[in-house]
Amino acid sequence: MKAQRPRIAVHKFASCDGCQLAFLNAGEALLTLAQRVEILHFAEAGWLDPLAKVDIAFVEGSISAPHDIERIRAVRESAKFLVTIGACATAGGLQALRNGVKEAAGWVADIYASPQYIESLPESRPVSAHVKVDLEIWGCPVTIEQVLGATASLLNGVTPVNPGEPVCVECKRRGHACIMVTQNAPCMGPVTRTGCGALCPGVGRACYGCFGPAELPNAVSMAKHFEQAGLDKREVARRFLFITSAAQPFADVGRHYKENE
Amino acid sequence: MPASRFLPHSALQSLLDALTARGYAVIAPQARDGCIVYTETRHADELPWGIRLEQDPGSSRTIKGTHRQAFAWANGPQALKPLVFAPSEPLWRISRQADGYAVKAAETPQRPLAVIGVRACDLAALAIQDRHFLHGPYPDPRYGARREGMLLVAVNCTHPASTCFCASTGDGPEAKTDFDLALTELDDGFVIEAGSAEGEQILAALPLQDARAAQVEAAAAGIRHAAESQTRAIPGRNLRDALMARLEHPRWQEVAQRCLACGNCTMVCPTCFCHAETEQPELDGSGSLHSREWDSCFGERHGYIHGKQLRPEISQRYRQWLTHKLASWHDQFGRSGCVGCGRCIAWCPVGIDITEEAAALLK
Repeated sequence: MKAQRPRIAVHKFASCDGCQLAFLNAGEALLTLAQRVEILHFAEAGWLDPLAKVDIAFVEGSISAPHDIERIRAVRESAKFLVTIGACATAGGLQALRNGVKEAAGWVADIYASPQYIESLPESRPVSAHVKVDLEIWGCPVTIEQVLGATASLLNGVTPVNPGEPVCVECKRRGHACIMVTQNAPCMGPVTRTGCGALCPGVGRACYGCFGPAELPNAVSMAKHFEQAGLDKREVARRFLFITSAAQPFADVGRHYKENE
Repeated sequence: MPASRFLPHSALQSLLDALTARGYAVIAPQARDGCIVYTETRHADELPWGIRLEQDPGSSRTIKGTHRQAFAWANGPQALKPLVFAPSEPLWRISRQADGYAVKAAETPQRPLAVIGVRACDLAALAIQDRHFLHGPYPDPRYGARREGMLLVAVNCTHPASTCFCASTGDGPEAKTDFDLALTELDDGFVIEAGSAEGEQILAALPLQDARAAQVEAAAAGIRHAAESQTRAIPGRNLRDALMARLEHPRWQEVAQRCLACGNCTMVCPTCFCHAETEQPELDGSGSLHSREWDSCFGERHGYIHGKQLRPEISQRYRQWLTHKLASWHDQFGRSGCVGCGRCIAWCPVGIDITEEAAALLK
């Protein structure tokens, strides 16, 4: 008798759908994955069975609306292993910029023609704020290598490689010249976790911090350095309050500079 | 002692050609992206002619100088380390077989490198890396394959940066051993000497002149000046007992306020050899790739042991780095792990200065 293939699901919450593309853009590897596992739910790819019992549930998107809370609890109950993919699911995402902003309550009426159809929570929060998460993959967006690498590891009983080391370490491994040291660029690399392959510093752009805080980031020192390098307080705040604005310590440091600008 | 010889700037290409003819890929410094990088070089005119380098804590800038030299700068963020100890490389691949599994080692690098422009600090660092990777009980074959075939053309340092302190560690600015050729640059060429039999053979193929006494003296004066002009110094060549007696010094907390724990100091340090190994199975379950990459004592993996992070705070990680480099290194290798290159000072984004921290800890 043929052993049952592992079953997976890919769920979407408040997000841009970009992280699910790590599966859809994987090319030949997607065919390999489809042979190795049984995909039961993946709306963007056509499979619909949101309550199916699965071995691994991948979750994209933040918990941003009241019904998201019920849905994420159901996903958690249906899955043996829950993996968040991307900045939204892992840290609340770009939409967490509304968190703690007084004027945010009026934004829905300002933006949407028919605001009565919009139901959203006052704050956008990560999946881990509501249910237990087994593995968090950071990124905006996550890469094919991250997602399929982690999937391959889980399917083979190996702990996924998921480093929290700063972008700087990867930058140095790749032999890029440090743009902070040679150009005084306001690079978030020293406090941001790698996973992107040091993409921006590799082409001479300061790291935006897309992959969220590194494992042990000194955001306070980083912010002071940006000030000394010539950024005003508002610019410093914007370095931290961007893709992962709700993740600590970026949230506290960013808010401090925003309030004192 | 053989008479000193002189290689005019105009004949430098003959050195590159002689190395190429002997089967070497020639690695030499070039000015790129605002710093000096060691990279494959075919033509002498690709060298950083007329370039100066200004380095300060957390800052490095290349500047067009008014001189006509190719080596009038101290060093770049890397030199020999990535050439012998690969930043990231596969070690082996395991594949599933009908009756078990097979292991295939990754191919060992074959192409010998000749490196032009090696500084005395980097030769001292290479000797330490050799001890670690080759002369212990478990020699590393991949490091060994790169190292065995490597030809070293030293260039004595005549233009130290403000961050340099090799005179205080005793490792520079003059290359004294372990090179095949050593050059000292003057305005119109190099005083050149051989340090090995192969170096002598290469010299025989070059259009050399006899060096005049004035040229030999100018070369020696350049090196002397390089030593005397250094403004930084490590406060003592053996700080083992002094640092180990200060493990609870408040300075560790103070430096941790500034330290980003980014690991840049360890990545650019020519003697840091820590690495981590990773396992990446294939998606189809047919095999798995085992790789090695540079790691840092400022990173999460370095202090993590079975469910516990031994060094959860930045102060502990900085202390681990500094006390290994300047203290416990003596137990391990019989000398300090610092060769005075100053890279950790220049390439620290917030400019933390190892000489300043060591001095403060001794107070």
